[in-house]
Amino acid sequence: MRVRPLGLGILAPGLTGWTEAAAVLRGEQTYRSEVLAPPPPVGLTPNERRRATLATRLALATAGQATAGANLSGTGLLSVFASSDGDMGLIDSMCRATYEHHEPPSPTVFQNSVHNAVAGYWSIAEGCREASTSVAAGDGSFAAGLLEAVTQAGVNGRPVLLVAFDVPAPALLHPHRSFSAPFACALLLAPALPGEDRGVLTLAPAGAGEAAPDTTMTDPDLEALRTGNPAARALPLLAAVAAETAARVHLPYWPDLHLAVDLEPGR
Amino acid sequence: MPIAPARIRAATVTTALGQGRGPHVEALAAMRPGLRPGAMDEVEVPCWVGVVDELDERPLLGTLAPFDCRNNRLADMALEADGFAGRVRAAREHWGAHRIGLFLGTSTSGIRHTEQCYRRHFEQHTPGLGKDLRFGTTHAYVSVADFCRRRLGLRGPAVVISTACSSGAKTFAAAHRALTAGLCEAAVVGGVDTLCATTLMGFHALGLLSPRPCAPWSPDRSGISIGEGAAFALLELTPDSADDLALLGYGESDDAHHITAPHPDGAGAVQAMRSALDTAGLTADDIDYVNLHGTGTPANDQSEDRALSTVFGDRVAASATKGWTGHTLGASGAVEAVLSLLCVEAGLVPGTLNTGARDPALSAPLVLRSERRPLRRVLSNAFGFAGNNCALVLGRA
Repeated sequence: MRVRPLGLGILAPGLTGWTEAAAVLRGEQTYRSEVLAPPPPVGLTPNERRRATLATRLALATAGQATAGANLSGTGLLSVFASSDGDMGLIDSMCRATYEHHEPPSPTVFQNSVHNAVAGYWSIAEGCREASTSVAAGDGSFAAGLLEAVTQAGVNGRPVLLVAFDVPAPALLHPHRSFSAPFACALLLAPALPGEDRGVLTLAPAGAGEAAPDTTMTDPDLEALRTGNPAARALPLLAAVAAETAARVHLPYWPDLHLAVDLEPGR
Repeated sequence: MPIAPARIRAATVTTALGQGRGPHVEALAAMRPGLRPGAMDEVEVPCWVGVVDELDERPLLGTLAPFDCRNNRLADMALEADGFAGRVRAAREHWGAHRIGLFLGTSTSGIRHTEQCYRRHFEQHTPGLGKDLRFGTTHAYVSVADFCRRRLGLRGPAVVISTACSSGAKTFAAAHRALTAGLCEAAVVGGVDTLCATTLMGFHALGLLSPRPCAPWSPDRSGISIGEGAAFALLELTPDSADDLALLGYGESDDAHHITAPHPDGAGAVQAMRSALDTAGLTADDIDYVNLHGTGTPANDQSEDRALSTVFGDRVAASATKGWTGHTLGASGAVEAVLSLLCVEAGLVPGTLNTGARDPALSAPLVLRSERRPLRRVLSNAFGFAGNNCALVLGRA
């Protein structure tokens, strides 16, 4: 269960691209939360661009950062998309159509409401026919996605693109599932070669007997971002990768099971 | 590259046909239907549905009460059938709770609970959706895995896969990888989806909901009938008997074509079926029967027909079982994988219920009436919105 990150992507308030964000995550620059402007949905036809939701835009943009960083095309990549709750705005829209307006939902809203619609738009944008898996595990969704991606990389001996995203719910649902901000990140992960260790991530699920608290962020605003969005649980791992120093990161997965990730020092 | 067969230690299915394996084999053999007209009072669209009646009278109680919703009730009812939960308990006692993985598919999870809170809000003008909306333990995707993990006393890796109508099939693939990687010694896989207004109204809006019982491959097919269903299987890589039922291969792909419409030539479906044969170390000639995705929409059946013809020519017996159960959406890949296993065990090739004759424009050698015949290896297709495809090869190694 060893992988090497080839490319990374991130989009969140105040973190609008891997190169700039890495400097913030290393502590070289101060983190300032700023309203996130939705990125354009690159690679889609005009019809599909109109249909692309915030979640899709964030996922496409972070995936693009990760593949560009690795200088790889997305066309031949296996992919895993992780999101705790998909797009709750579309759930709200469909329930309002039925119970407020007494009419069927818009076909576009309905087709976008499947959890894997985001992955579908990415596959269309990249022309990628390789296997794609969309997963959810509540607040452990990033860990679940990472475990699936690393397992696929190992079993298939091929790079896997992992994209994690979650976006805040609309007003009626927000009290019941509250995210503080949108967050998306992408990691393009290749199986580590035998003997290769620099920059390599080693994963192991660890149960209750080996309980360890989640790795947290030192900066209080980044820590608030981490706890405010399931996809942002990735931040301590992304910070360790940015720092290129030896680290052990504990990611939340299930209440009785966390995911331990060891990072070998980089270059 | 061929994979090691994953032995099926236990399998169960619950749909409108009944609770557990027995009623399914009996209904498939006797061509006994499971669909009925109508749906729910707030959905005034002509359709037929596959309903599991007992769910209304089966609330989840005690420590599992927070998980009470239609979807988790169905999961509970299905786990109870055929001694499945007991088989998982035995595996847990053998391997340890943390060494058993859980991989479950769903499309809409417990959304029905949230729908009812929206209905109350707009009909009774309540200030919000209500403090009694338990989103995280009912409607959230994770809910069904969280519920089953507690219900079965498991503490290993667990995840929900939600790729629309391929979800349930993909859990077999993900579990096989996790077993291969040593993340677990045994894995519970499956899918659970239940009736809700959202999918009925949504498919109606897309013009894909049939006013008649769905009739896959028929010349006048007019869309899907939606059903609710749950199916589970317990997988292990450890071999003992060579004649065990097993997951022999899996193939997954994306259409990269359109969010709802299938690729016209089924290019992604071809890739998934060929990959499933490759991982099983088999050729098309080794497959005795294909359980089609067979939804009954004009475009889906045509696309799958072309894909089938590309991979199998006109040599393989094929049929669709959604005329019995309805399309169980996120569960369908698991439901139909388990039905395929039951057919291998029973030596039964199911027909295609509600379809009197094959559309002359389609070429699959469609089995219309169920027949008793030995089966050794079966391929089961599951294709979902956003172009997500999965094919499984199941049978005797």
